Amino acid sequence: MLLIPCPWCGPRDEAEFHYGGQAHVPYPDDPAALTDEQWARYLFFRDNPKGPHAERWSHAAGCRRWFNAVRDTATNELLAVYRVGEARPDHGPGAAPRSAAPRRGARDDSLGRAPEGTVGAARAAVGDPAADRRTAVVEPVERPAVRQPFRLPTGGRIHRDQPLRFRFDGVEYQGYRGDTLASALLANGVHQLASSVRLGRPRGIFSAGSEEPTAVVQIEEPFPEPMLPATTVELHDGLVARSLPGQGRLAGEPDPARYDAMHTHCDVLVVGAGPAGLAAAASAARGGARVVLADERPELGGSLLGSAQLLDWAADIGAELAARDEVRVLRRTTVFGYYDDNHLLAVERRTNHLGDAAPAHISRERVWRIRARQVVLATGAHERSIAFADNDRPGIMLADAARTHLNRHAVLPGRRAVVFTTGDSAYAAALDLAAAGVHIAAIADARPAPGGAAERAARAGIEVLTGHAVTGTAGEGRVSSVTVRALRDGQPTGPDREFAADLLLVSGGWNPAVHLFSQAGGRLRYDTAIGAFTPDVCRQAVRVAGAARGVFDLTGCLADGAEAGKGAAEEEGYAVAEPLPLPSVPEADEPVAPAQPLWLVPGRNGSATHFVDLQRDVTVADLTRATGAGLTSVEHLKRYTTAGTAHDQGKTSGVLTSGVVAHLLGVDMGALGTTTYRAPYTPVGFATLAGRDRGALHDPVRVTALHDWHVRRGAVFENVGQWKRPWYYPSGEEDMAAAVARECRAAREGVAFMDASTLGKIDVQGPDAGVFLDRLYTNMMSTLKVGMIRYGVMCRADGMVFDDGTVIRLANDRFLVTTTTGNAAAVLDWMEEWSQTEWPELRVRCTSVTEQWATVALVGPRSREVLSELAPQLAVSAADFPFMSWRDTQVAGIPARVCRISFSGELAYEINVSPWHAQALWEALSATGEPLGITPYGTETMHVLRAEKGYPIVGQDTDGTVTPQDMGMDWVVSKKKSDFVGKRSHSRVDTARTDRKHLVGLLPEDPSVLLPEGGQLVERDRLPEPPVPMLGHVTSSYRSATLGRTFALALVRGGRQRVGQRLYVPVGEELVPVTVANPVFYDPEGARRDGS
Amino acid sequence: MAADTVTRRSPLAHLAGRLARATRQSGGALRLAELPYLAQINVRLDPKGPAAEAVRLALGLPLPTEPGTCVRGGGRTVLWLGPDEWLVVGPDGTAGDLEARLRAAIGDEPGAVTDVSAQRTTLLVSGPAARDLLAHGCSLDLHPRAFGPGRCAQSTLARAQVVLVARDQPRSGFWVLVRSSFADYLAEWLLDAATEHVTVPE
Repeated sequence: MLLIPCPWCGPRDEAEFHYGGQAHVPYPDDPAALTDEQWARYLFFRDNPKGPHAERWSHAAGCRRWFNAVRDTATNELLAVYRVGEARPDHGPGAAPRSAAPRRGARDDSLGRAPEGTVGAARAAVGDPAADRRTAVVEPVERPAVRQPFRLPTGGRIHRDQPLRFRFDGVEYQGYRGDTLASALLANGVHQLASSVRLGRPRGIFSAGSEEPTAVVQIEEPFPEPMLPATTVELHDGLVARSLPGQGRLAGEPDPARYDAMHTHCDVLVVGAGPAGLAAAASAARGGARVVLADERPELGGSLLGSAQLLDWAADIGAELAARDEVRVLRRTTVFGYYDDNHLLAVERRTNHLGDAAPAHISRERVWRIRARQVVLATGAHERSIAFADNDRPGIMLADAARTHLNRHAVLPGRRAVVFTTGDSAYAAALDLAAAGVHIAAIADARPAPGGAAERAARAGIEVLTGHAVTGTAGEGRVSSVTVRALRDGQPTGPDREFAADLLLVSGGWNPAVHLFSQAGGRLRYDTAIGAFTPDVCRQAVRVAGAARGVFDLTGCLADGAEAGKGAAEEEGYAVAEPLPLPSVPEADEPVAPAQPLWLVPGRNGSATHFVDLQRDVTVADLTRATGAGLTSVEHLKRYTTAGTAHDQGKTSGVLTSGVVAHLLGVDMGALGTTTYRAPYTPVGFATLAGRDRGALHDPVRVTALHDWHVRRGAVFENVGQWKRPWYYPSGEEDMAAAVARECRAAREGVAFMDASTLGKIDVQGPDAGVFLDRLYTNMMSTLKVGMIRYGVMCRADGMVFDDGTVIRLANDRFLVTTTTGNAAAVLDWMEEWSQTEWPELRVRCTSVTEQWATVALVGPRSREVLSELAPQLAVSAADFPFMSWRDTQVAGIPARVCRISFSGELAYEINVSPWHAQALWEALSATGEPLGITPYGTETMHVLRAEKGYPIVGQDTDGTVTPQDMGMDWVVSKKKSDFVGKRSHSRVDTARTDRKHLVGLLPEDPSVLLPEGGQLVERDRLPEPPVPMLGHVTSSYRSATLGRTFALALVRGGRQRVGQRLYVPVGEELVPVTVANPVFYDPEGARRDGS
Repeated sequence: MAADTVTRRSPLAHLAGRLARATRQSGGALRLAELPYLAQINVRLDPKGPAAEAVRLALGLPLPTEPGTCVRGGGRTVLWLGPDEWLVVGPDGTAGDLEARLRAAIGDEPGAVTDVSAQRTTLLVSGPAARDLLAHGCSLDLHPRAFGPGRCAQSTLARAQVVLVARDQPRSGFWVLVRSSFADYLAEWLLDAATEHVTVPE
């Protein structure tokens, strides 16, 4: 969310502001002197530049001040804010993009990019105590009595003392706390978890993390959830899941779990708690900065968990961070979106891993809305695949994923493996697996001269085939053999060599996880050395550290992270005194030789099983077809082939797709580019995003001080904006029509009362208050006498009715203005806009007092009797208390302001008291009026009563295209005032037409037919061929007990000239005949106003 | 005044029991209560004009001109609401006197004094978990480094506009002033948010 710097309150979320259109478009000095065209130019024409644009904004939810801002319409960047009346300032071009790399000196080159592609993790087992332990382990004996035949007896980050039972595809298995569903299935020898969406091919577990493209499962219990990667589902007792043929199923029942959201602010947000992220967070925290560290895994450590390196260091840093007051460590938290002004969204999975044991009062998932002054992205890298024939069988896995399943979960992903690699990192995986007892049949390294890592593998007795590639696989359900051939100039050559294997490890290189950087608006550049896109520059305050920017050696990642954390904290003014001491990594554990990008291994029989996107079943053949059809942009290719559009958004396949396309087109990869990265990084549930904004808390419900009484009385409520207003009060078995008829009769014949507290009220004070209101209302307000009340209409500058209400004059310099219920905030905003921006010289101030007063309308010929009894000090006769006047008095002992106004045509009062006393007033009215049959009535009765009198409701009988004259209210438009807002528009040619739509009455010829509101009006009793000319529409339609028939109001073209004419309203298949009538159906002479 | 004999009812009177229960159930983490009937007078005037000085003398407190700040003294708190707008908050029963005093102080100078005591009610949100509770629905940084004693702000909490006031002792929680018609919604929202802090079931 954008931060808008209010010139007074400082930066606030954009949601607190209203946009007010182009700035510096002054109201003309003399609108009357302008031609229609000049006036239209002022009204309707605005600039629409690409680039800097001066605009008006209001800090509506804050200080309510209008101000001006220069915003770049292309980047949304706010270049300057300034106060109304100030000249538009010169502004710079906006923040210059800055490099994602830590800003540091000569060390950059020495520590920067390692020469080859492996994630920051050490490789060989030599000298690693944990590895030594593993080498001592003999291959586990398969005992049929013990489940989990592929589980090692020791090692890993699982808790063997906490066995867990779960079911997959109907079979019960056992795993351990610390497992993912994927690792637990691997431990039980289950590799096929899904079949592919388009081709139905068996698919297995490809990765060990959130980048998983294929192992997508349906969770059934504890609560149904579709399409979760098994590699991210933490195992818990009682989990029930099943494999998916491509698509999942949403739950049919409501989700009982709680979800919530939390805002947080920090100096430094570190995303990713691998070696670089931990070092960054610790560096920043030691300087005293407020730090948030978020990582998607349950444990801190990132890639260290998979490589089993520096685990003690990671634990120590984790403990240090946890002990600091100003550090918030969020585990199981995926930062999924990076928005304007360093606003990042993350989802924390808080109790999913507890299964049935999750406490009901703790939210299951939480959305974090993080506003960070500085961001360090230490998001690591994703290993990628290579396109070769039949590269999608279960048992084919990314090399580092196999290593992670081994080291983190103590699981053997197979017994006999072939490794296909283009870099050094896969050797570390091979050696770890070999040490754990997996037979490595061969390593096919596409590089002709791989160097040291290959030599070490050869020394360990592994056959290393340099300059070789995997050209195909075989197997039913799971890979059973792998074919390897020599590679010359990218073409397979020489004889096939076939290896029996139940596991094929693939490493096609590493893609820095640049997703968030790209979402932030950062530019990427292609790095030919690693064959991947890396962060370049970004306008936001963001740094990228470690593998996320292509630093693939562990020593480099640690230093990179520490530097980024220190730099971020220092930029926020924290002094980081000492550099973070970093652990040393044995040189032999670091990658040495450069990786060599390899995208495609041509096959003998085309490329229809050379998969690039395993989830969408997109193959090299599909890409070839697309490029053959003339597509050359990756964005077009993505949409044509669907590559990269699945739940994983192509994390493991996107760069491979680009590589293959570049190869097919014979273009440079850097020039081809990537598709756009968009939030969310991983899928987020709708329930999570909705959080607590559901049910009763979905939207505020506004209630009056009398709400409880209405509820007790059994009112049926109507929503009016956010207000709940009583619609009608059914008595016994009454239906709505009966209740409304009874309420109307009481108001017309006896006495009735209504809660009118929702009307907007604005206190307008100051010596120029009268002038101010004269300019905003169509009629004259400055001539109103103190003690009197006047009805008024406001128009927009285009002359259309905006709001109406009463204005009461409290003192020479003070008025109380009422607005319609729905427009209260808009009218106050409107008043502030004019007084702050156009008429700052007027000495007038407006204050909302909507809830300062509760208002009860007391209506009916016998209302005076009730009031008189409750207000003995008040002279209530029509002569003493005339229509459209007000009195301060006491009603039922309560200080009250009583207004003699009527929205029904009957004798009526509006009694205003403090809402603290509203209930006491209401009960007194109820008790005193009881002998007279006083009746509470709701909004429906109010509508019938006012419509019988032809009183329009702004927003129901008007729609922003209706002038006061259209409503037949020419009398409310002053002819004396030289100007008011909207006046000039009333004399425009278009608004002065005589055939505009007028508000008129309609009487259905059958007095029992109720016209539908919104029904159209046509001229003839038979519909012509479409298009049918429409004359207007029904705006209000009711049954009237008083008239003994139905009636309606309508906006009709040239309506006043049509009074008496017959028109038709199509209802279903029928054309209902109606007669156009004067809209005042009841008491047109106004005889009832003063009662008897 | 005759009104004294009439039963008053505050916007959150019907939730007093539930707010108290949430306080008890939180085991000390939270304190939630309505502070009803506080006198609240809205004052609008030119901060550079003579009226500002007259008001300072009448209140014994300056009208703060630093955005987002408040001053306290003599049982009253003056909140900055805008560059020409303040809210003077005082004890129950003092609104009439306060309004009259302010109006007299301003005299013929242009300005506005408006009793808005019933326009908003006040929620007390305090306890060690207060900041977390508000952070569920407020995008402002309420950390003591950014929003300590002497700070106030108009913003939104959940979907309601509020005035937030940091209480005068560090980490002693907040006042949340909310429009009376939104009070029930906001209190329900706070009670729902407090669910996580139930540690002492009844």
